[in-house]
Amino acid sequence: MAVSKSDAPSGRIELLQGTLDLLILQTLRWGKRHGYGIAQMIRTGSRDALQVDTGSLYPALHRLERKRAVAAEWEMSENNQRVRVYRLTTSGARLLAQEKSRWEQLSEAIGGVLMAPSESEP
Amino acid sequence: MKLPWPFRSRERRNRELEEEIAAHLREAQQDRIALGESPEEAAANARREFGSQALVSEETREAWGGLWLERLVQDLGFGFRMLRRSPGFSLLAMLCLTVGIGGSAAVFSWIEGVLLRPFPLVADQGRILAVTGTIRGAPAPGLAEMSWPDFRDLKSCPRIESVIAEKITGTTLNYGDRAERVPGSVVSSNYFEALGVRPILGRGFEPSEDSGRNAHPVTVISYQAWKERFGGDTAILGKTQVLNGLPHTIVGVAPEGFYGTFVGYAFQFWVPLSMQPQHIDNGEDHLEDRGARWIEGFVRVKPGVTRRQAQEEVSALSAGLEKGYPATNRGRGVRLFPLWQTPFNNAGALLPTLAVALVVVISVLLIACANVGNLLLVRAFARRKEMTVRVAIGAGRGRLVRQLLTEGLILSIVSAAAGVGVARALRDALVLLIPVRGVPLRVAGTLDWRVIALCAGVCLVTTVLFALAPAILASRIDVAGVLREETQAGGLGGPRGKFRVRSAFVLVQMSLSFVLLVGAGLVLRSLNGVRSASPGFSAEGLLTTSVNLFTAGYDKPRAKNFQEALIERVRTIPGVESAALSRVTPFSYRTYSSAPIAVEGYVPPPDQQPSAEYNEIGPGFLATLKIPLLAGREFTRADDEAAPPVAVVDETMAARYWPGKDPLGRVLLVKGQPRRIVGVAKAAAYSQLLETPAPFFYVPLRQNFSPSTGLQIRTKLSPGALAPILAREIHSLDANVSPYQVITMREQLDAKSSPQRVAATILSVFGALALGLAAVGLYGVMASVVSQSARELAIRTALGARTADLIRLVLSHGLSLTAMGVALGAAAALVLTRLLGYLLYKVGPRDPGAFGTALLVMAAASLAACLIPAWRVVRADPARALRA
Repeated sequence: MAVSKSDAPSGRIELLQGTLDLLILQTLRWGKRHGYGIAQMIRTGSRDALQVDTGSLYPALHRLERKRAVAAEWEMSENNQRVRVYRLTTSGARLLAQEKSRWEQLSEAIGGVLMAPSESEP
Repeated sequence: MKLPWPFRSRERRNRELEEEIAAHLREAQQDRIALGESPEEAAANARREFGSQALVSEETREAWGGLWLERLVQDLGFGFRMLRRSPGFSLLAMLCLTVGIGGSAAVFSWIEGVLLRPFPLVADQGRILAVTGTIRGAPAPGLAEMSWPDFRDLKSCPRIESVIAEKITGTTLNYGDRAERVPGSVVSSNYFEALGVRPILGRGFEPSEDSGRNAHPVTVISYQAWKERFGGDTAILGKTQVLNGLPHTIVGVAPEGFYGTFVGYAFQFWVPLSMQPQHIDNGEDHLEDRGARWIEGFVRVKPGVTRRQAQEEVSALSAGLEKGYPATNRGRGVRLFPLWQTPFNNAGALLPTLAVALVVVISVLLIACANVGNLLLVRAFARRKEMTVRVAIGAGRGRLVRQLLTEGLILSIVSAAAGVGVARALRDALVLLIPVRGVPLRVAGTLDWRVIALCAGVCLVTTVLFALAPAILASRIDVAGVLREETQAGGLGGPRGKFRVRSAFVLVQMSLSFVLLVGAGLVLRSLNGVRSASPGFSAEGLLTTSVNLFTAGYDKPRAKNFQEALIERVRTIPGVESAALSRVTPFSYRTYSSAPIAVEGYVPPPDQQPSAEYNEIGPGFLATLKIPLLAGREFTRADDEAAPPVAVVDETMAARYWPGKDPLGRVLLVKGQPRRIVGVAKAAAYSQLLETPAPFFYVPLRQNFSPSTGLQIRTKLSPGALAPILAREIHSLDANVSPYQVITMREQLDAKSSPQRVAATILSVFGALALGLAAVGLYGVMASVVSQSARELAIRTALGARTADLIRLVLSHGLSLTAMGVALGAAAALVLTRLLGYLLYKVGPRDPGAFGTALLVMAAASLAACLIPAWRVVRADPARALRA
């Protein structure tokens, strides 16, 4: 199910449900990070194509925390702020591997459909 | 303050989430400052980029799971604050709901306490069935009492665990300085054991106490009698108490709260079956007589046995008894009833009334719900701004609906609690409607877990009924519209949205009120009919009392002399026209004798035994009651035990057994004894105004003697004036004999129309209440329609509409609602009034008079409810309305 908004800025891609979890877990592979940091990293990593909505990010983080895929603790940031940082747990790493292979299958399948020659292409 | 888990951890997490979001904003701001934005700009941009903090935290909290509890607490807290802020509204709503829920709770508790589980302290009442005998071919209902041998034989049915024989009796007990007529019961010896009631002192009865003529003068007394009469004496056992003229040894005290097994009365004593001759039928021993039917009792079936299964066994048994004892049992059967249909106590009489009451209170509850729904709607729209703001800052619509439902739930829970209080207060209210005086009555509601659970259910259902529609409507807010401050009202020409819903609410109220009004009209007309119905004798100027010489210790010859002398004396009292004795006073609670009869030339169907009820009457009885004689004569003093046996039959009997012939001089066989018919009396009603006419005859009291009789006196004196004179006359004959209370025959008749009276009271009270609520509802809708359409009306005025046109416009809207409501209500009433069943007397369930009256009342009430808003329109200044 795609989340789409009519007023979404052009050039940005709305994330598919579930893919946000994958991106968060992937981001945390490089080390622990706070919510803002995760959002920024996804944004820069996608060269501004993926804009993570805070209304999706925090629920996703807390959901992953409840699933024990990530663990959170309070730390001081580089800006000397008290921030809540998340890190990948072992079960989170397992989940990431699963999600990744599922994503690969999915994108391959979709790619196959889209690449197929078609006469009705406008 | 420490909050209990899980609120404590939740509170911490809420704080952490806030902090996390704040940190996010600060980080974003820092980044933006690093990119060259000013701190203020950076903060604003960071906030804008973040979006609604409230929404994000709400949705994040959603991810925590298990949130409903926290949200409920939040909603409850908020709901309470909102309700406190508008106390007028809250009180009005709660009052409406309390009336509705309290009324239903009271009726539920009556049904539970009077019909479903009528006998406090009796174990497992679901397995107890009421037992009566049946007479084949007899007019409906064709029920009769049972003999002890027949009843005892029910024990042989394998699915029946125990048989509990019982017959109500009564005695006069002295409580301190007041003498009171108290009910008691003759019971089989297993009574207490089979009911699972253990006496708190002493014992129940022993099997040997079931037999031997008057051989076991022992009694178990009630807790109330023990406390009030014997001062709770712990050494009571072994003491004696005179009951019906004979000293009984007290062997036990029943536990507190046990009132016996007769809906309506609080029994004060119990004696074993062997004491039947002393307590029932003045000395005649019926115990081993299979033809003497006097027992009304119960059976307890084994666990898991249905009434149908038990009935099969019992029917098979009674068929066997018919073959085995044709002389006494031909045409006789046995029928089992669930307790709530028990035909021989007041359950049967109260059943239709309680059924009607249930329908009535549920209607009132629905009307109350519609009213509260209306109030909530008005308020929801008054709170449009608040709702809009909440939607704008990110509250979900679901959340809004939930919030409004919670507020509704608070209203209904508070009202339900109050309603249970109302039910508790009304527990004994039914007694007030039963016009029997001087006897300990007990018709009480029971508030057990079933009733409470039912109330909780009602509470939930009503919340959904009255709060859901307003909640959903209110949540459909056009944010932009409200913020532009545009009025969303539908005009008079075509109401929209909330007006449709409000109109629907009013429609429901109108139609239900109409049904109730029709019901009230029908029952009131019936009551009137019953009051003016002729019992077949003249009840005006007739007083009645009774004299019991048996319990005063008289033997037959002495009693006969006493009765002779008494009548002589009463007839000479100034102001007394005539007086006569009879064994049974018409319309009293005493039952007539019934006997198998035979008539020469009349061949009954092979499996039937004709029988008829009769009364033993003294000379001048028919004349005193003014029952006209159609032929022959009534009894005189010459018709005594030495004279040939005679009888007077009534019209119905003459037509049945001697069709087209003159019964005078013919022979009627009563229990095999020939009696010559000397008179034919006009048919009368004998025990109920509404009874089906059945053959009835009279025999001379002297030829079928009873020392305990009713005394009928035709006089212009009032009961109060006659009573002391009568007492003086009796005391001058024998200081040890006292008459019972002197009452008018009219009172005696009225006591028998109590079901109609109770139903009429309930229907009129609730009908008026319903009409009031409905009128308030209609007024509310009309008033707000008018105020919302002030602009439209002003424009119409400005365009030249006359006052009359405006009033017509407003009225036509309100009255069309009424018309639709009446149409719906009439349709429903046509079906529902059949429920009134035997409460109706000489009035059809579709009586046009009742429907017409209801229509008029309805029209008047709604006209009043519409005229006030219409009047406002007329007085409104159009210029002001337009400027507003």
